[in-house]
Amino acid sequence: MRIFLFALAVLIIGLGVSNPYHLQLLTFIGIHTLLALGLNMLMGYAGQISLGHAAFYGLGAYTTGILTTHWSCSPWLALVAVLLLTTLVAFLVALPMLKLSGFYLGMGTLGFGMIAFILFRGWTGMTGGDSGLVGIPALTVGPVSVGSGKMYYALVWAVVLLCFTICERIVNSRVGRALRAIHDSEHAAAAMGIDTARIKIWVFVLSALFAAVAGFLYAHLVSFISPNTFDFMVSIRIVTMVVIGGMASIWGAILGASLLTLLPEWLRVFSDYEMIVYGLVLMMVMIFLPQGLMRGILDLYERSRIKYRRPSTPSRG
Amino acid sequence: MQEFLQYFFSGITNGAIYAIIALGFTMLFNTTGLINFAQGEFVMMGALSLISLWKGLHVPLAFAFVISVAGVSLVGMILERLAIRSVRKPHPIVLVIITIGASIFFRGLAMIAWGKDSHSAPAFSRNTPLEVAGATLLPQSLWILGIVLLIVIGLQFFYKRTLTGKAMQACAINKRAAWILGIPSERMVLLAFALSAGMGSIGGILIAPITMSSYDMGTMLCLKGFCAAMLGGLGSSWGAIFGGLLLGILEAMGVGFFSSGLKDAIAFLLLLLILYVRPSGLLGVRAVHRF
Repeated sequence: MRIFLFALAVLIIGLGVSNPYHLQLLTFIGIHTLLALGLNMLMGYAGQISLGHAAFYGLGAYTTGILTTHWSCSPWLALVAVLLLTTLVAFLVALPMLKLSGFYLGMGTLGFGMIAFILFRGWTGMTGGDSGLVGIPALTVGPVSVGSGKMYYALVWAVVLLCFTICERIVNSRVGRALRAIHDSEHAAAAMGIDTARIKIWVFVLSALFAAVAGFLYAHLVSFISPNTFDFMVSIRIVTMVVIGGMASIWGAILGASLLTLLPEWLRVFSDYEMIVYGLVLMMVMIFLPQGLMRGILDLYERSRIKYRRPSTPSRG
Repeated sequence: MQEFLQYFFSGITNGAIYAIIALGFTMLFNTTGLINFAQGEFVMMGALSLISLWKGLHVPLAFAFVISVAGVSLVGMILERLAIRSVRKPHPIVLVIITIGASIFFRGLAMIAWGKDSHSAPAFSRNTPLEVAGATLLPQSLWILGIVLLIVIGLQFFYKRTLTGKAMQACAINKRAAWILGIPSERMVLLAFALSAGMGSIGGILIAPITMSSYDMGTMLCLKGFCAAMLGGLGSSWGAIFGGLLLGILEAMGVGFFSSGLKDAIAFLLLLLILYVRPSGLLGVRAVHRF
């Protein structure tokens, strides 16, 4: 039901907005939502941190970029390659990595992300190095080009809706409960008969796939990719989206992604002071709403409702 | 042999810097269980404030050194007081994001204060290279090694011989138990922030003459410092020093004998390798489940 309302909202916004800049912004929010959704499954539900998610984002973008520009392969064939390659890489990374936990896992994924970044920058023959990869073709469905504007907005958000549905189904299933059990205590989960290693690898691959699809969509939207789009700070930004929106909340992911996409745009007015304000906002949200915005807003709502109902009883602090 | 020695000298110089950054991490991690992503920004602030004071305002080097370190330590204390202490539910991920926010904030401040250009400082003393067995050694390298050695000895003295140092170690072992025994653990955390920020700034001051310093130099140094700390074993002071030196030497060898494109990759490849093979680090003994 909520999904339908959400789809309706997406549709209405899509029909209502005609300013190309706004449409592009909304499309970016969609792409970032995909990234946040994927990481949220890993971080919010399974409790496994990843500080290298930009690597999969980049893997998706560069795979399709290289295949379509160097070998003029069809983008849709490239998408299949993206999915296969990401599954393989994520599986190989997850296999040894997920034995670690806490900061050690964070450091491991960070190292992986940095190596991927260095590869994107250093493999000049394929990736174009620092100057980037130019001329990635626009997507076409049969004779129709979905290169930009409303068509691309619709495509991106259709993918987001699909991933939303997948996430919601997973979260409310046996696997979702297993994930939350792992989040709370891995040993207890294992004792209850959950194959923790398998589920952790599985969710890592899933979240990597989401990021790779986001990369695919990004590459074909912008038609130009350079390593800086996939550096360490981008990994951090994805983590921030998840945490600010609210961990273990599918809706928090979209909130976090929207906020962190729009914030830099709003901060343009500060020009040179942009970084200062951005850093401050990040710290403030975490200090005052450590549960994330989604939960923070819900809490405020609950509290005000209680107050409204029983105005005579003092609040419990 | 001569080539090897040359790479060894340059490696050990960089390694000493990584070691001191890693020491700063380790100190903070031990006392608070926190990984500080703003550590690289302390390094940057140390380097840039020294350059401003020494080169810009012609303050004598020793004074400029002390003022820079004290200033950055103060910034570290302010960060702890305002941003870390005031968190109500200190979940590790929340704290990590706060330090990331702080690092972006500091970088923004530095960009306003020092501009986007890189700056450089002259060497601490005369700059005629020394000849050692056919390889050249810059006097600045000797300064770096000497000062890092002094800090390590000082730190050992502080931990082993002073009451405050022992109290801090007690906090590292068990904060709550230390608090019950009458150790003001909150003040110890503040002290740890000051010391670790100060150590970061010393790292920055030492490399100011051998690299270009700019507002965004911190991130890479911070990550290399991480690698060094993980390599030696997170939480072990000797591990941090050993990891830093090892990382510096291997990096220099990799660049010298293979390719300079490898420079940054080596640190992270080593990081992955050590995490796969021995997550507790080369000198670490503690279990890897600490979060």
